[in-house]
Amino acid sequence: MAEVLRPEKLDISNDTSSLASPELLHVLAVDDSIVDRKFIERLLRVSSCKVTVVDSATRALQYLGLDGDNSSVGFQDLKINLIMTDYSMPGMTGYELLKKIKESSVFREIPVVIMSSENILPRIDRCLEEGAEDFLLKPVKLADVKRLRDSLMKAEERVFKNIMHKRELEANDIFSQLKRAKI
Amino acid sequence: MQRQVALIKQSLFDQGYLDEQFMELEELQDDANPNFVEEVATLYFKDSARLINNIEQALERGSFDFNRLDNYMHQFKGSSTSIGASKVKTECTMFREYCRAGNAEGCLRTFKQLKKEHATLRKKLEQYFQLARQAGPKEIARRPK
Repeated sequence: MAEVLRPEKLDISNDTSSLASPELLHVLAVDDSIVDRKFIERLLRVSSCKVTVVDSATRALQYLGLDGDNSSVGFQDLKINLIMTDYSMPGMTGYELLKKIKESSVFREIPVVIMSSENILPRIDRCLEEGAEDFLLKPVKLADVKRLRDSLMKAEERVFKNIMHKRELEANDIFSQLKRAKI
Repeated sequence: MQRQVALIKQSLFDQGYLDEQFMELEELQDDANPNFVEEVATLYFKDSARLINNIEQALERGSFDFNRLDNYMHQFKGSSTSIGASKVKTECTMFREYCRAGNAEGCLRTFKQLKKEHATLRKKLEQYFQLARQAGPKEIARRPK
């Protein structure tokens, strides 16, 4: 009878969490203001995030490969964990970008945070209704970014733990079956 | 020298040229990025010069496109807020009120004042950054490691 090893040591190198790397969240920041882009980029780097900054919603869609032109990298290689976008931008607004992302079957799960200098309640409601994760008033504070990062890390950890737990259950199940079959 | 730098900075706050947002920016500096605030300020003045130019041209044309002017001012106010330029921000707000009221005279008056505040801030910050660099890294506020 061949020995069946207990599935105690699970191979976690193939983790299926969508984190860009074990510690870093990859954030896509969108803002038409050059000053605000510099500012948000710094806020995110100080918060230990990997950052990609673009100056328009159109460029954001291009980066994500949602602009209809299929030359961009696939989602699996991209690994964006959060999108932060300004609301008022020329051309496509942050709200319209939010809608496009939520309409996408590939990207709709990515949390989208809207930033705005204007505290307009109907605007905030509209964004939240459309599925925005949060609405931040500008100027964005370091505390806001850290709070976002922490809650996303917790969510990622939960997802990861669930996946590992599921794997453990599956492995245990296979082990039991093999044992019963007395291989 | 460092005391001088500190005094200049304090007076900028006391006189209302800068607000807490400027301090938030300083909090983001560290050994690896000791000139962050100056870099942001440089970007701001370059960008706002462009906006002032656009507004000037729009006003010179004589026909007051209040929507367009308000749009420019929205951008101007945004970046002024991000850098903590308090007096400039106030003038931006006033300008936008005049736009909404369709008050051309008010717009012109406020714009003049805005340019004055902007130029003053630019000069004072240039002086501050120059002295801060000469004084050495101790004077720049840092984030604790």
